[in-house]
Amino acid sequence: MPGRNYQATRYSGLDQINTGNAKDLKVAWTFSTGVNRGHEAAPLVVGDTMYVVTPFPNILYALDLKNGGAAKWKYQPEPASAAQGVACCDLVNRGCVFSNGKIIFNTLDDHTIAVDANTGKEIWKTKLGDINHGETITMAPLVVKDKVYVGNSGGELGVRGWLTCLDSNSGKTLWRAWSTGSDADCLIGPDFKPFYKKDQGKELGVSTWPPNRWQIGGGTVWGWVTYDPESNLIYYGTGNPGVWNPELRPGDNKWACSIFARDADTGAAKWAYQMNPHDEFDHDGINENLVLDLPINGQTRKVLLAAQRNGYVYMWDRTTGEVLSATPFIRITSSFGVDLKTGELHTNPEKKPMTGKTVRDVAPAAPGAKDWQPCAWSPRTNLLYIPHQNLAMDYQGTEASYIEGTPYLGVNVKMYANGNANRGEFCAWDPFQKKKVWAIQEDLPVWSGTVVTAGDITFYGTMDGWFKCVNAKTGDVLWQFKCGSGIIGQPVTYKGPDGKQYVAVLAGVGGWPGAIVAADLDPRDPTGALGFVNAMTDLPQKTTKGGMLYVFALP
Amino acid sequence: MKTRVLMTICCAAALVSCKREERGFRVAPPSAEKIETKSLSDLHPAGSSVAPPTKNDYRENAYAVSEGEKLFAAYNCVGCHAHGGGGMGPALMDNKWIYGSQPQQIFSTIVEGRPNGMPSFRGKIPDFQVWELVAYVRSMSGLGTSGASPNRSDEMKGPTPPSSMPKQTPQNSSLPKSAERPPP
Ligand code: HEC
Repeated sequence: MPGRNYQATRYSGLDQINTGNAKDLKVAWTFSTGVNRGHEAAPLVVGDTMYVVTPFPNILYALDLKNGGAAKWKYQPEPASAAQGVACCDLVNRGCVFSNGKIIFNTLDDHTIAVDANTGKEIWKTKLGDINHGETITMAPLVVKDKVYVGNSGGELGVRGWLTCLDSNSGKTLWRAWSTGSDADCLIGPDFKPFYKKDQGKELGVSTWPPNRWQIGGGTVWGWVTYDPESNLIYYGTGNPGVWNPELRPGDNKWACSIFARDADTGAAKWAYQMNPHDEFDHDGINENLVLDLPINGQTRKVLLAAQRNGYVYMWDRTTGEVLSATPFIRITSSFGVDLKTGELHTNPEKKPMTGKTVRDVAPAAPGAKDWQPCAWSPRTNLLYIPHQNLAMDYQGTEASYIEGTPYLGVNVKMYANGNANRGEFCAWDPFQKKKVWAIQEDLPVWSGTVVTAGDITFYGTMDGWFKCVNAKTGDVLWQFKCGSGIIGQPVTYKGPDGKQYVAVLAGVGGWPGAIVAADLDPRDPTGALGFVNAMTDLPQKTTKGGMLYVFALP
Repeated sequence: MKTRVLMTICCAAALVSCKREERGFRVAPPSAEKIETKSLSDLHPAGSSVAPPTKNDYRENAYAVSEGEKLFAAYNCVGCHAHGGGGMGPALMDNKWIYGSQPQQIFSTIVEGRPNGMPSFRGKIPDFQVWELVAYVRSMSGLGTSGASPNRSDEMKGPTPPSSMPKQTPQNSSLPKSAERPPP
């Protein structure tokens, strides 16, 4: 699975490549995917085979590790072309998972598919959503035992968010937990015990909205799902509420921008915590929640650790949903902090968006301080490695009309560097001291994932194509390689059939920040790509599109 | 819900149009039929054939362009195409056209939709409004009569406003060397 384990630490115990020899890394082999959109997926290695799923048209390749990465087979799901029109932020896919002889992944046109890992034959294919509602799927599923968890995308089109649990053997839907609407729809029952008063009450998924607006209320589940085997709970976050312009949806808008803990078998909600009640700035809560047991004040605490879009590194007690700490990791102007007693986020009244008004210098910008790009955690260094962007924005409220299957936004956005700093950073965060131990400034947003190993090295990529290996303790760059296109994929490391350690990453620029290149957008309109174009006008001079897998090894 | 919202937009737009009717800019809503007559391809098997001329009542005037701009936001075209730079849909302010830049071709694009994700607005937008959208779409890339296009965009463009301008510390003194204070 892309997270490497249920806890999503992206930590590998391999140490053949380490701080001493990383400088000797060389390309072992490459593979062109033949697709030109943004490649966000993690290559998946099972036995002697590597599986790669591409952006739309979501081709699944099986590559033979015993034969220089030659393709064994490819599976083409042929998703509906029209799905391209309703994908908000390029046509990405974040990867596939393996379960019991099957490779399972999602397509942009809302199908979850299981393919025989040996032969590439389709085993089942289940339609979970409808592009005519504006729904797409971009996330990598999580599989636990015989259950597959899948969520939808489309928060920019007034989609109603859900997480669906499928039977991995048959592809049948077992349950669906909606993010808005009645308690019954949200699988909220007697077991539901949110920690804070603000999240307690009945039917909040309906009562915190203007009448019936929960039906188009967003809260999509397009990020990461993690799992705690000990308690048998899954954890995930929900996306922004429907219609970006907050003035048009008075109320807390539950359960958008929230974290859910649910029983992995039944989906019954255990607790929820709404990070951004009445979200003002598209600060989705979908980032990965790492499941860790950490010594806090002399006690081992069962926590969730996550660097969230609203600019804070949160640590929750994962058994109760109590916020243990929430610390800014970039310059924030949209809010003043989180009250640990009440769980409340103190928003900045000066930045309150209104129809017809432009608020300036909102930080973090709409994609947040960190978007989907996953962090890694090393139990050796006890540090969280965070790849992220550092942007602020102007935000202008406009009127919005809901037309099913089209964008439901009501804002014009223009992004730029936050506080005149660099647009991106790769940093190591100490959750005990609550501060950065080191940070590498990058000119462009860092939109790639990362991985950390027992060799005390960590990898990330830049949007102009540099793949870098960094000393996990000191932040020194040990080695770098220029790939053909910008990197927004998730690096992985694995032991090949020959017993050697390899590092693999997909290059292929795109995603929300890279849409200017991947979709040939016009840099003269600052509001292009929901305002991201303004921050990326130089990208077309720095990289070109093209999906390519790179695999590295020591000579 | 959906139809009600659409109806409201249409009624509002129709009301606005009534008032402006007095200005004499209004053109009779042209028919959407038989407009797909321009070839979309440079490939012409067995020699080229001349397309039969189509009657097209499309007009490029200031009223149509400015109505089109409003409709472009009201029908959520902005969400997919931004203000011409593109996003979920392609840029419309550049010189690249997948399905042609002629008014009839753009009309078909909007009414029929296009395979890679342009929704079909058939039956959702009255013809006269589609023609107004066409006029605005063409004006984005400077096509059409320049006199009819607004000379100022309504959108948030321009450099950083002074209110958010970070302090620019002057780098080079323009004083002559001799006027600089000697180091203490
Ligand atoms: C849901 C997103 C979406 C919405 C809403 C949308 N478009 Fe599009 N549009 C697209 C996509 C995607 C394409 C490219 C289609 C293709 O390549 O087949 C496109 C193509 C076009 C083209 C053709 C461009 C060319 O190069 O030939 C025009 C013109 C256009 N749209 C105008 C509009 C107008 C006017 C509206 C509002 C009435 C609108 N669009 C609404 C997504 C959208």
